Amino acid sequence: MSDTHSESALHTAYVRKEMLPERDPPASQKGAVLWMRENLFSSIPNAIMTVVSLYVIYYILAGIGPWMIGGIWDAESLTECRAIRDELYGHGREVACWAVITDRWHQLLFGFYPQDLYWRPILTLALFGVAVAPVLFENAPRPLLIVTAIFPFVAYFLLWGGSVWGPAAVAVGFILAWAILTYTQDILGSLAATLAAIVVPLLYWLYLVGPVAGWLHGLAPIGIEAVGSDEIGGFLLALVIGGTGIILSLPIGILLALGRQSDLFIINKCSVIFIEVIRGVPLIVWLFTASLLLNYFLPPGTNFDLMLRVIIMVTLFASAYIAEVVRGGLAALPRGQYEGADSLGLNYWQSMQLIVLPQALKISIPGIVSTFIGLFKDTTLVVFVGLSDPIGFSNLIRATSEWNGIYWELFIFIGICFWIFCFSMSRYSQWLERKLNTGHR
Amino acid sequence: MTIQVIALILIMGGIYWLARNTVQNLSELGKDFDFGFLSQRAGYDINQRLVEYTNDSTHARAALVGILNTLLVAFLGCLMATILGVIAGVLRLSKNWIVGRLMTVYVEGFRNVPLLLWIIAIFAVMTEATPQPRDFRGDDPDASMILGESVAITNRGIFIPSPVWGDGAMLLVLTFVASLVAIFLFRRFAHKRQEATGEILPVLWVSLGLFIVPTLLVYLAYSATGARDQFPVLAVGAQQGMTLEEFTDENRNPAICALPRTAAVNLSTDLRAIGERASIVPVETSADLQSNIESGECVLAVISPEAGETLVAGVEGVALAPLEDTVDRGRPLQFERPQLAGFNFEGGLQLRNSLIALWFALSLYTGAFIAEIVRAGILAVSHGQTEAAGALGMRSNRIMNLVVLPQALRVIIPPLISQYLNLTKNSSLAIAVGYMDVRATLGGITINQTGRELEGMLLLGLFYLITSLAIAGVMNIYNASVKLKER
Repeated sequence: MSDTHSESALHTAYVRKEMLPERDPPASQKGAVLWMRENLFSSIPNAIMTVVSLYVIYYILAGIGPWMIGGIWDAESLTECRAIRDELYGHGREVACWAVITDRWHQLLFGFYPQDLYWRPILTLALFGVAVAPVLFENAPRPLLIVTAIFPFVAYFLLWGGSVWGPAAVAVGFILAWAILTYTQDILGSLAATLAAIVVPLLYWLYLVGPVAGWLHGLAPIGIEAVGSDEIGGFLLALVIGGTGIILSLPIGILLALGRQSDLFIINKCSVIFIEVIRGVPLIVWLFTASLLLNYFLPPGTNFDLMLRVIIMVTLFASAYIAEVVRGGLAALPRGQYEGADSLGLNYWQSMQLIVLPQALKISIPGIVSTFIGLFKDTTLVVFVGLSDPIGFSNLIRATSEWNGIYWELFIFIGICFWIFCFSMSRYSQWLERKLNTGHR
Repeated sequence: MTIQVIALILIMGGIYWLARNTVQNLSELGKDFDFGFLSQRAGYDINQRLVEYTNDSTHARAALVGILNTLLVAFLGCLMATILGVIAGVLRLSKNWIVGRLMTVYVEGFRNVPLLLWIIAIFAVMTEATPQPRDFRGDDPDASMILGESVAITNRGIFIPSPVWGDGAMLLVLTFVASLVAIFLFRRFAHKRQEATGEILPVLWVSLGLFIVPTLLVYLAYSATGARDQFPVLAVGAQQGMTLEEFTDENRNPAICALPRTAAVNLSTDLRAIGERASIVPVETSADLQSNIESGECVLAVISPEAGETLVAGVEGVALAPLEDTVDRGRPLQFERPQLAGFNFEGGLQLRNSLIALWFALSLYTGAFIAEIVRAGILAVSHGQTEAAGALGMRSNRIMNLVVLPQALRVIIPPLISQYLNLTKNSSLAIAVGYMDVRATLGGITINQTGRELEGMLLLGLFYLITSLAIAGVMNIYNASVKLKER
């Protein structure tokens, strides 16, 4: 009996009365060790790849790290830089000479733009930021769109200077076009009104802008110091060409894409030929065409700014690429959307504006932005027709006696600047894509 | 309809306006529209040429040299960009964290910086950071050749061994073509067999074996037998019983004419062993060889014993006698190594810095774009496909080959084509490093010399347009063949 009792006592001694506390997973199954086992050393090939990658990273950092960090920031010329280096580190060690950037950064950014007028491009850039805000971000205040509308004329006035009446007189042409389109539509009918809205401003720009601006300037000579196109260079030039090209190529590209998708035979074929010819030939050939040949195609005696010619060429080039991207978007849209718009009784432009384009453009955003990035990077090619973009200026700086023989510091600076612009553009497009993604919810 | 007519009138008007302006401008400048300049003498040199060209050749010939150079760099670029892009794209998806990050850095770094900057930077590396040829000289040189003394990286370009075809080369090529045909037939047979019986033959290994083994066997057999044949060395003005060393003591730096060319390469190697330098004059036929001897262009001749006797008997104006030494006839395919001679390397193939910089920059830049395309293509195949194939009991490499890749390729190929087109067009950035492409010859020097901007630019534009359309056309045919066949 006692045996049984003691047995049961014995048994109950093994019944746990309180729960064991939770224990941490084994050291190999948690934290950094687990992460490393899963992500770096999950198999033998993986481990080899990790080691090789680590060696590559070490090799690169060991190669350029000390060179970059030990760089000299304060010197007047490359010889001085080398003297300081020998003093600091002794003979035989190579370090960067960042002094070329501190000495010449303003040329790389603004070119030969007069130094006391730097506030003008900076103000333009700030205004540009304000002007694009309502376009890029939905929650920016809407009245800012007024800034967007007048920005091109203000930017031209600020950058090139001269009389205020020139850009103002050009702007009046757009107001004229808008007025004709709005008020004469009932009298003339839509087709004639559209034609008039194109022809009248064109005639006005060709024949009246000059005299009107001159006359107004005679009445009230308001203006700021004029700056020539040849004084604009460096990143300012890249931004002006790139920015203008981007802004102008989008509407032209959309029109070309609509033309290529259109059922109207002549318009369709013309768009196809234009797009294929532009896309089939490298930009550099078009730039040479602009600098060598454009004078052949214009009335004898016409001679206008090389920069303007380059901008026109870059715009036409980019618009052909945009057209292809937008066409992809148009083609990707289900047929039902077109038919639905037609069945609502919308006319062609209404259906495009209200139904088709908003969706098609949304689909094409990644393509459009990558075309823009490409266009911005391609602005470096203008160096070959004699404009001084950042790369052109790096050559000019190298040609001076102070900085003869310097390479990497300039390349790295220019590369980083371009990288920041392009990378932020691509990040913006990814953000926009996510924001506009309404499908599959 | 009204709109079409109005558009037509506007376009015709625009074209008429442009044409009238052009005619007017041309007549004011006293120029006409004429392509006759193409048959005039070019008068400039081109440092890299794939076909015969001298400065006496015509402008059309110069344009052809430029076109071939453009196509060369475009082809090499597409090849390397594809390899780099596929590797980077696959590695970016790798489970290995650090490798994935490294590839992201590569892709974002190259995509967001202008190509021009990369070309100039790589060119600067090639010219600034590499040793000069004279650094290779001496007993304890500052620089040395790599890969078994066969490749020299210098600031004048990279020198690599060049292939020299000897006797029996034809046999080698024929064997290779035959094994290609055999591979094709075997694959077809294996496919039919699998369709009929379900049995899977080891296609990859058999193909690989057929690709290498027969050609290698022929090469080795020929090298072991015919290549050992000794050919006499005939020298101009040599006495009976003279050795090669005695002869070259009197004739420094002799020129060699030899059939086959491999014998000349072997002879020059022998000469180098006794401290002599020789130059090789290329000859095609024994008649060529004889005339070169007679004109004194070469003083040493190597040819088969029988032909040598007729040559000694038949040669006029000079006395030709065999030396004591003989030389190996040579293998069907030999490689002539670059050798340091004077201030530069001689022999071998010189890849100029301009070509290397342009090629590498184009490949690295386009490779970054291709990596993104490949990555997107692989991600586009839904995971269910892989899982379903696994559930059917397929092994992972079969899943990759039969399920994932065929579907991914459909997504990858159209954007890949446009990257190839971009690369071809971007090769016009050759202007940054002075590579003589078609833009530099036809669209550059020729225009400057003849003043024919309109015609030159028109031809240049046409070339690029036709090339683009041709690449797009070929690739579209391929694309159609791999496309999903619906309904």
